[in-house]
Amino acid sequence: MDESLLLATGLSKSFGGIKAVNNASIEVKTNSITGLIGPNGAGKTTLFNLISRFIEPDQGQVTFAGKSLDQLQSHQVSRSGCVRTFQVAKVLSRLSVMENMLLAAPKQLGEDFLQVWFKRDEIRRQERENKEQAMRILEDIGLASKVNDYAGILSGGQRKLLEIGRALMSSPKLILLDEPAAGVNPTLIAQISEHIIRWNSQGISFLIVEHNMDVIMSLCDYVWVMAEGTNLADGKPAEIQNNSKVLEAYLGGPDE
Amino acid sequence: MVEYIVFLTINVGLYSIFALGLNLQWGICGLINFGLVAFMILGSYATVLLSLKGVPIIIAVAIGALLAALLGLLIGLSTLRLREDYLSIVTIGGAETLRLIVQNEQGLTKGTFGIQSFPLPFSQWEPNLFLKLILIAILTLLAVFCIAKIVKSVQKNLRNKLSASRRRLYLAVMGVLGVILTLLIYINGVLAVSDYSYKVGLMILELSVLALIYLGLEFLINSPWGRVLKAIREDEEVAKALGKNVFIYKLQAFLIGGAIAGIAGSFFAWQLTAIYPSNFDSLVTFNAWIIVVLGGAGSNVGTILGSVIFWLYESATRFLPTIGFLSESQVGALRVMLIGLILIVLMMSRPQGLLGKGEELTLDR
Repeated sequence: MDESLLLATGLSKSFGGIKAVNNASIEVKTNSITGLIGPNGAGKTTLFNLISRFIEPDQGQVTFAGKSLDQLQSHQVSRSGCVRTFQVAKVLSRLSVMENMLLAAPKQLGEDFLQVWFKRDEIRRQERENKEQAMRILEDIGLASKVNDYAGILSGGQRKLLEIGRALMSSPKLILLDEPAAGVNPTLIAQISEHIIRWNSQGISFLIVEHNMDVIMSLCDYVWVMAEGTNLADGKPAEIQNNSKVLEAYLGGPDE
Repeated sequence: MVEYIVFLTINVGLYSIFALGLNLQWGICGLINFGLVAFMILGSYATVLLSLKGVPIIIAVAIGALLAALLGLLIGLSTLRLREDYLSIVTIGGAETLRLIVQNEQGLTKGTFGIQSFPLPFSQWEPNLFLKLILIAILTLLAVFCIAKIVKSVQKNLRNKLSASRRRLYLAVMGVLGVILTLLIYINGVLAVSDYSYKVGLMILELSVLALIYLGLEFLINSPWGRVLKAIREDEEVAKALGKNVFIYKLQAFLIGGAIAGIAGSFFAWQLTAIYPSNFDSLVTFNAWIIVVLGGAGSNVGTILGSVIFWLYESATRFLPTIGFLSESQVGALRVMLIGLILIVLMMSRPQGLLGKGEELTLDR
């Protein structure tokens, strides 16, 4: 439990003159649900982009499951078991819900241009297994009835669910969730939270960026707070709730 | 008339092959290639020049396709990391550059004089009755394959109760027209075989190659490999986030599409029997675009149908009567206007293309 799964230290990134992330660090322990909060513009999503290497950091190191991610490309980070989602859920609109799920399955022989011609039986078997697995996840998240629909017809909340389901499909060790509750109705938020707890109990760790404090405080084992691109505080949810610096960052300082 | 339909069929076939390359790149993978004709130039000139040097035709074609793929590698390596709009600019520039090189190079490509009297497949060939029967058998096989394919897909759509009855009716009508057209080409082909000329052999060879390329592409785009390409078309960030090496897949799509366009180039040269740089201006690329958009982006059958429609109105408007008060050049201009008008009407009534899926246009709105 106390082993570190993801450890990022001293990450910095500037866009022009703006330091979006400045010497920020974060740690996610194995099998934990870790929260990342901070006011708008604190650099949370940029930090996600740096960890998943969608953006290359100016400085800093990231290790994941004992390996350095610093020389990897974003797709290799994903393959190593650290899968991200997006702030505005991204689904592949003109593919079916099932195809969205199947895409995420790891180590598919049929995705190799040469193998696809020669290993047809094996590929067919893989596809069948992946479909069963996808169906199980879709039933879990309540999208089973949409399996053959275009992903583009899904509502905002359903897209969030599909995105999380898709991340699960890739058998990850860690899922980076960017605002899973944003724009989602309260009932669905409760459902998503329940799912996250259950998946966590099955051994998947989560790093969650979220503005909904109820979600963060009820889900997370540990919370990191960022403000203006750098670390402000970290601790157990209860500690964070009473941290005066955090309250100040969220509500504004006395002299503002 | 028989000869003219053979000529038209060859044009339909070679533009189908050409546009299938574009459909893989753009319709499936979302890569905007405005320089497709460059691949055709390489395919044409390599085939023609090598076969003039005595290289067997089939090897010349293979080398042409390989060179076209290499050009894809060159353009791809340098530009596929860019956003799609930059890719389109680089490809159109690359194609024009290549055409100008071919036009100004005197030693190899003979500049604007072009290249004539190069070896053509089957040109020295005088089939006896037995060989003619084999040709007819191949034609029959192709026609049966084509009709079976149409019937199967129409049946599937009629059984699908989910799709609107209007769409089902539409597809049924398209299916009937498709069968009639296939039979027409088939009967005409059989008539042409009995009075054999070089073009008949070319037509049968080309239709066979088209069928092979079609089958290969259908297999590919319905495989997990094709799924990754479609995912990249929809949103490459998602593909990246799910562990796909987007760059490699784009490069593969670009290479394969390019090689297919190169093969189309060989047939283009054989159809023309003499090639000049002016045969390869950017209009050729945009004709392929019209065909893909017309047929329905992402659909291989649609692309082939698009090519049929393209040549139907091309040839239909060619025979405009010279109406009293219009001079010949005015009729020519009128023809281009009519083609534009037909395209506008088609796109207004079916913005998704003839075989595209209308419901896809309503997504994310």
